[in-house]
Amino acid sequence: MEGKKRPVKLSVHPSRGLVDEKFTVLVQNVPPGFQLTVHALHQCEDGHSWHAFGHYTADSTGAVNVAEDLSLGGTYSGVEQMGLLWSLRPVPGSKPGLRLRKMNVQTPMEVTVSVFRGHQTEGFEDQGPLVSVVVERWYMAPGVCRIPVTEGGLTATLFLPSASGLFPGILDLWGGGGRLVEYRAALLASRGFASLALDYMTPKISLETGQMVENEYFETAFRVLQQHPQVLSSRMAIVGLSLGSSVAFQLMIYSQVIKLRCAVCISGSHVQPAGGSVKQTLDYLSRNSGNTCFNEKNELICRDLVLPIPTDPKLKADVGQLRCPLLLVVGEDDQNWAVSESAVDMKQMMEQAGNSHLLTVLSYPNAGHLIEPPYSPHTRSSNFRSSVDNSFVVLKTLWGGETVEHSRAQEDAWRKILTFFRENLYGRGSALVSNL
Amino acid sequence: MMQQRHKMNMQVAVRRLGSAGGVLSVCHGPKIHTVLRRLSAKAQSPRPILSVAPIRALVDEKFKVSVENLPPAAPVTVHSLHQSEDQDCWEAYGHYISDHRGTVSVSEDLSFGGTYSGKEPMGLLWSMRPVPGSRFGLRLRKMDVCAPMLVNITVFSGHEGFREHAPLASVVTERWHVAPGVQRVEVTIEGMRGTLFIPPGLGAFPGVIDIWGGGGGLPEYRAALLASHGYATMALENFALDDLKGKNLDLNYFEMALDKLKNHPQVISDRVGVVGLSLGAIFLLYLTAESPTFKPQCCISICGSNILSNDGTLNGFYNSMFRNINKSRLDENNSLIWQDVGLEMLCDPTSLVDVGKINCPLLLVSGTDDQSWPTPKFADLMAQMMRSAGKEHLVTTLAYPDAGHLIEPPFSPHFRATAFKVGGNNKKVIMLWGGHTKPHADAQEDSWTKILTFLKQHLYSSH
Repeated sequence: MEGKKRPVKLSVHPSRGLVDEKFTVLVQNVPPGFQLTVHALHQCEDGHSWHAFGHYTADSTGAVNVAEDLSLGGTYSGVEQMGLLWSLRPVPGSKPGLRLRKMNVQTPMEVTVSVFRGHQTEGFEDQGPLVSVVVERWYMAPGVCRIPVTEGGLTATLFLPSASGLFPGILDLWGGGGRLVEYRAALLASRGFASLALDYMTPKISLETGQMVENEYFETAFRVLQQHPQVLSSRMAIVGLSLGSSVAFQLMIYSQVIKLRCAVCISGSHVQPAGGSVKQTLDYLSRNSGNTCFNEKNELICRDLVLPIPTDPKLKADVGQLRCPLLLVVGEDDQNWAVSESAVDMKQMMEQAGNSHLLTVLSYPNAGHLIEPPYSPHTRSSNFRSSVDNSFVVLKTLWGGETVEHSRAQEDAWRKILTFFRENLYGRGSALVSNL
Repeated sequence: MMQQRHKMNMQVAVRRLGSAGGVLSVCHGPKIHTVLRRLSAKAQSPRPILSVAPIRALVDEKFKVSVENLPPAAPVTVHSLHQSEDQDCWEAYGHYISDHRGTVSVSEDLSFGGTYSGKEPMGLLWSMRPVPGSRFGLRLRKMDVCAPMLVNITVFSGHEGFREHAPLASVVTERWHVAPGVQRVEVTIEGMRGTLFIPPGLGAFPGVIDIWGGGGGLPEYRAALLASHGYATMALENFALDDLKGKNLDLNYFEMALDKLKNHPQVISDRVGVVGLSLGAIFLLYLTAESPTFKPQCCISICGSNILSNDGTLNGFYNSMFRNINKSRLDENNSLIWQDVGLEMLCDPTSLVDVGKINCPLLLVSGTDDQSWPTPKFADLMAQMMRSAGKEHLVTTLAYPDAGHLIEPPFSPHFRATAFKVGGNNKKVIMLWGGHTKPHADAQEDSWTKILTFLKQHLYSSH
């Protein structure tokens, strides 16, 4: 093939990164002042296509460095090193209400990064790019072991940082949507924590018996993790999101079995029957379902389900009894749970009980409910399998958040969560918790 | 402190009993776990955290290794271990002292001994050598480039006798020759094998022909790496030195390969260069100067020489090179030195190619401690020929002090002498390549950067 002009050079470092690592995208060999679009394309496991792009102008050396240069427009603007990932959105014409989640963590997420001539906003699939590279984003670091767990009737997956060595243990609980969601546990293992991802909404045992799990199920999961020969039994923690945080509050305060060095509760509320089971919590929320409403786009807003915050102590997990450090991550634009109000109430309860020195609240303006690992695309609303009047319905649910600020929250929260876990689980830590 | 020592002693006991990397429960039964975990439950002291970033990288990318949560001012050893495709174990290690926060940063801190010393961010790779007890004359080369090289990085307490202690922490890091999306395509030309590596995307790309030395076979790793840098690169099978003898074949095979690459739909035909090492470089220099059809955009010779084949056949090369084979000698370890065999040729213009006929940019890389061939002198001679032909602006000479013959991609271990097939009948001798480890590693790192810049300048940028 004859060459008429200089070929464009594109590189991304690292080309195989962990999901929470930054990358540097560098375009070279274009004419100085050349206008170009840097574009990212990802096809998710469901077969949907997601894309992001930024508009750049090459400098006097004929180069663009996404980490340092300004995007003049596109799906993100400004100096945004990771904008090509966090601003990913479904391509035009996609089905509404999509959410990007990697269910198979043993393979990487593949993103094709390309350079197009000019400042383009559409029609990328119809034109050939000037150059493309493939970037891999991994949830599992090399050496991390993935072990399905069915012991004790559990539906769970254990991730060990490596096949040998001793590690702290973290129980990982997602929200009311169910399924066995592994990616956060895999990433925690890649960062040195033995992590157990637990399905508690749709485990095999519930599908067989038609019954929701009781709190003993979580205690079994905790015990299985703690007793694993590679887990340090005195260095245990829980991380929960949404309903998973509710469960975490119950366990850390009322369980005789569960002793933690620390806990992280993301987008969670303590408002629920104190010491109750998941079913009791969901029933309580159902009884308040009159508080939900729909916005002009017909998106379900659930934040009022726990409002007003009750004064009756039987309706709140008694955080005044906590004996271990607690990190709360709160999105101030959470439209699904009233997490800001709950956090304020928890702080008051702990101040009254004298244990508020254990509490850290990370509160993010304009962040929504789904505070995920960094650089994950922001989902403002999506189709969600919800429990309404004791049955399950799929509804377009509003999670909230503005994309730029939500993405900053994800990046900042993850870094702080890892530091919190490192200090409490790898460091000296405080005394072992006793909840008697 | 007492508890920490207790726990570490238990870990040592467990480690001695069991296989490395095995899950404890599989090897040791429940009783030991109870004891271990009871000790662990009591232990309140911080646990070390070892991190390597990036954890997956191309082989020519640097990484940062750091350890946190150590006791302050603690002597520790950071160790690397790799099991090669031939099942040999290679290792490197550096002795460090943590700072007041209990942190060691291999990129920033000094190593006080081990297989490397001083501030050496990549010492854990380039200073690797076979573990004690290994066979002599080993060489580390990745033949399957589609799978990564796995390196275990471990931190131990102490300096002397660190191996007697249980590891404090360990991670596995991957080093890749191919970037994601690089395609590998097997090709044949005149019955000889080649492998084409194409960068991801539609292209078209600048191209490179890549030829190794007289060991024969088809090492793909440099070509794979070049493709990861945006060049459609074809690695060509080269003849083993022994195979040259008696062969009346000419170098037409290489000419056809260059043509084939230029005409590939994903290659920009007027942006194709060539790179060769040792015998590969000899062929490339000959063809670029003498062949009317072999016209690369640029030519890189790594430890090559401008040897002439009087009849253009492989046999002709053999005769030229080994006319003075009686000048070869053995060193104190019985390793074969061919340096003097080549020296004789420098004085005889009838055995040399006039590289002044070359019309493209030429990069000549050599090591001043090359014991297998006097390549720095050949490089000087070639530069002189270019100057005489008024082409000084085309030639760049890089002669690396104390580097040897096998100048490979960066962070590869250095091989001063390795087993090499010579003399027919699959007989292997130990060939002295020369070089001293640290300067050789520097040469590999620096020359690779300059090779990439040279290729980018002449294949991506110009015209």
